[in-house]
Amino acid sequence: MIRRLCALLAFALLPLLAMAQAIQPLPFRDRAEEVRFQNLSAELRCPMCQNETLADSNAPIAHDLRRQVFEMIQAGKSDAEIKRYLVDRYSDFVLYKPPMQPSTWFLWFGPFVLLLAGALVVYVNVRRRRRLQAGATPPASNIDDGDDW
Amino acid sequence: MSRLAPLFGFLLLVALFGFGIWWNTRHDQHEIVSPLINKPAPAFVLPRLDDPTRTVSKADLLGKPYFLNVFASWCIECVHEHPELMGPMKQLGLPLVGFNYKDDPQAATAWLGEHGNPFDAIVADRDGRAGLDFGVYAAPETFLVDAKGIVRYKRIGPITPDVIESEIKPALAALAKESP
Repeated sequence: MIRRLCALLAFALLPLLAMAQAIQPLPFRDRAEEVRFQNLSAELRCPMCQNETLADSNAPIAHDLRRQVFEMIQAGKSDAEIKRYLVDRYSDFVLYKPPMQPSTWFLWFGPFVLLLAGALVVYVNVRRRRRLQAGATPPASNIDDGDDW
Repeated sequence: MSRLAPLFGFLLLVALFGFGIWWNTRHDQHEIVSPLINKPAPAFVLPRLDDPTRTVSKADLLGKPYFLNVFASWCIECVHEHPELMGPMKQLGLPLVGFNYKDDPQAATAWLGEHGNPFDAIVADRDGRAGLDFGVYAAPETFLVDAKGIVRYKRIGPITPDVIESEIKPALAALAKESP
C-alpha cells in the first residue's frame, strides 16, 4: 500500500521534472541576485512567443536573452541599462509595462478619458431630466418616454 | 434624433470591430517592427562559414548596399524562401550576405549543398550573440543595409514574390533615388 502511494506521488511529481529541465539553473552569486534576475525576466516579453515572459518561455531566443540578462547583471549593469539594451534591439515590445511617451498616451490615459466622457454623459442626462421635472409641469407620461438617451 | 442614438452607438461599434478585423488581416501580429530601421547596423566581426580563420566585419561591407539574410539549416521557413534567394533576389544585383544563425557549420554547409548557395559571402554566428545585436528572433529574416551601413529595411519571415514586389523593390527604388 505504502509502496503504491509512493509510486503515485512520484507520478504526480513528474511534471515538475519537465519544469526543472525547461529552464536550466544559472550560477547566481547570491539569493538577491537571483530574485533580481527573476523579477526582471518576469517583466520582459519573449519576442518570439510574445505572450510569454522571458522567465516562462522555452523558446531558443528567450534562452539567449535570459543568458544576456544574466551576464549583464553579473557585469554590474542596472535594470534600466538592461531594459535599454533590449529595447534598442527588440523595441518597446519586450517591455510588459509600456513606457510613458506620446505614442502611448492613449494607452495610459485613454481609459480615464473614456470614464470621464461617460461621467459627463450621465451628468448631462441627470441635469436634463431634473430640468424636465422642474419645468412647466409636463404631462406625467412625457417624463419617462425612453427618449432621454 | 436622440432615438437614433443607440443605432449610432451600434454603428460605431461595428466600425470599430470592422477596423480591428481589417487591421489584423493586414498586419502580422508576430512581427516586431525593428528599432534598427534607419539606424546604423550593429558592428560585428564574424568568422566566415567556409573559412573560420577569416572574418567579415561590418566595415568590410561598407561602400555598397547589400542584403543580409538570416538563415539556418534548422529553420523550416528558410527552405521555403530559398528559391526566392536563388532566383529573384540574386537578380536584384545586390550582394547577398548570408548570416548563418545559431547553426552547426557542417549542417549549414550540407544544407547549402542540398538547396544551393545564393550567397556572395556567409558569416557564422554560432552562439547567436551578433544576432541579438541585430534583433533577430526568428529566422528567416532579411535586412537591407545601405552603402553607409544604415539598415533601411527588414523583412521578418520568408521572402515571397509578393514581398519582393511590394516591399523590397520599393525600398531599393528609394535607395537609388538618394544616390544616383
